[in-house]
Amino acid sequence: MSEIKRITTPLTDAIVEGLHAGDSVLITGVIYTGRDLAHARLIEALDRGETLPADLRGQIIYYVGPAPAKPGYAIGPAGPTTSYRMDAYTPRLLDYGLKGMIGKGNRTPEVIESMKKNKAVYFAAIGGAAAVIAKCIKKADMVAYEDLGPEALQRLEVVDMPATVVNDCHGNDLYVEGMARYARTAAHVCSCPTRPVSAGYHLSPRQGDGCR
Amino acid sequence: MRELSVQEITEAVSKMCISANCQASEDLVRATEQTIADEQSPAAKDALLTIRENQRVAAAEQIAMCQDTGLAVIFLEIGQEVHLTGGDLEEAIHAGVRKGYADGYLRKSVVADPLRRKNTGDNTPAIIHTRMVPGDKVVITVAPKGGGSENMSTVKMFPPSAGREGIIRFVVDWVKQAGANPCPPTVVGVGIGGTFEKVAYLAKRALLRPIGQPHTDAYYAEMEQEILAKINALGIGAQGFGGTITSFAVHIEVHPCHIASLPLAVNLNCHVSRHETVRI
Repeated sequence: MSEIKRITTPLTDAIVEGLHAGDSVLITGVIYTGRDLAHARLIEALDRGETLPADLRGQIIYYVGPAPAKPGYAIGPAGPTTSYRMDAYTPRLLDYGLKGMIGKGNRTPEVIESMKKNKAVYFAAIGGAAAVIAKCIKKADMVAYEDLGPEALQRLEVVDMPATVVNDCHGNDLYVEGMARYARTAAHVCSCPTRPVSAGYHLSPRQGDGCR
Repeated sequence: MRELSVQEITEAVSKMCISANCQASEDLVRATEQTIADEQSPAAKDALLTIRENQRVAAAEQIAMCQDTGLAVIFLEIGQEVHLTGGDLEEAIHAGVRKGYADGYLRKSVVADPLRRKNTGDNTPAIIHTRMVPGDKVVITVAPKGGGSENMSTVKMFPPSAGREGIIRFVVDWVKQAGANPCPPTVVGVGIGGTFEKVAYLAKRALLRPIGQPHTDAYYAEMEQEILAKINALGIGAQGFGGTITSFAVHIEVHPCHIASLPLAVNLNCHVSRHETVRI
């Protein structure tokens, strides 16, 4: 992994061009929450030629539906949701001017192409690490669609929120590269039953080394 | 006949909704730490360290490990010598879920209708699986299930000729296709046999086993290890960042089936594998 890059929102072309798949970043500034139903409404608004409830040009959308905040907390646990569900809406938002997305999981080729065309970036946050991610969110304000409950559109102020670049604007994909780096062929795998309760794998350094 | 008030069931469900979501179970902590020790990819190891830290923070502050606090899946085993009093059993369970998700600051993730999609606002209704068993106890398991990993699950009706190898190939390919989506490292629940609806239930039940506890039948225990080794050779790794451990464990549950059928179900669980059981 490369050294950690600090970036501040809103994103510019220059910031996005400087990011590469696999980079660890710390994000500071304003980001917006939005998931399934909020995306549907944003696209409906664009279809009707309306102004969006927040100016998302140059901004980052975080795919998240936070849990309720306990008293004394700015927000409840807030980790990323799976991104592919937003793929149908994403190219339209990128054409409009959205520059970044934070989520988890694979994007479609259409989204990746649109990211290249529009100079946008897709980050992964650690799925399931919602309690620690929430520590980086200092303020949460309702912007629109409050009736959607956890799916409402909120404005978040984040400080040093950790994320990893998955898809950069140059066409690189961390998921593809990372998997290729660690994939092993069947010949190198054994299912030695001596460690049944452990993670259940190990590399066979030489054929026949106590493995079947 | 032993009498048991459904109020007690409401209380137990409410408490377990909160504790299952906030407190990583011992087997999950052990699996996470073992994976941190074994993982060879620095990026995946970093992700795992964050996941372990998240477990600590959630437990210390009594907040949910994941914002997706799940649909509450409840398994009930009711002893046939128990007389339940004081109201409707299923209503009592929904009341427990309602209370737990409110008191625990857990997310309300249920829509009332699959197409019209209005949030019910209290995380009810729960999904309830009930079984009558001998005895005078009630055993309740609360297993909150997140949407991300549930979406990466499937049922496939194979012909018997597909056999052991066909099943192994399908499960491994399925996990490969799911990639980073179900929040690896995952627990892979595999149901084999029964009927179309039974096999999905088997895969779900497989997720309740302590992580890595092998099947009692050596034939299936060995098959679990073989599938796990092949999944971990895919290279997906924690969070899909590339790594040597994609799944903590594969758990298989089986059931007799029709001479024409070989049903298979794969139910993936994310690394926030949650379930808690109480015996009343």
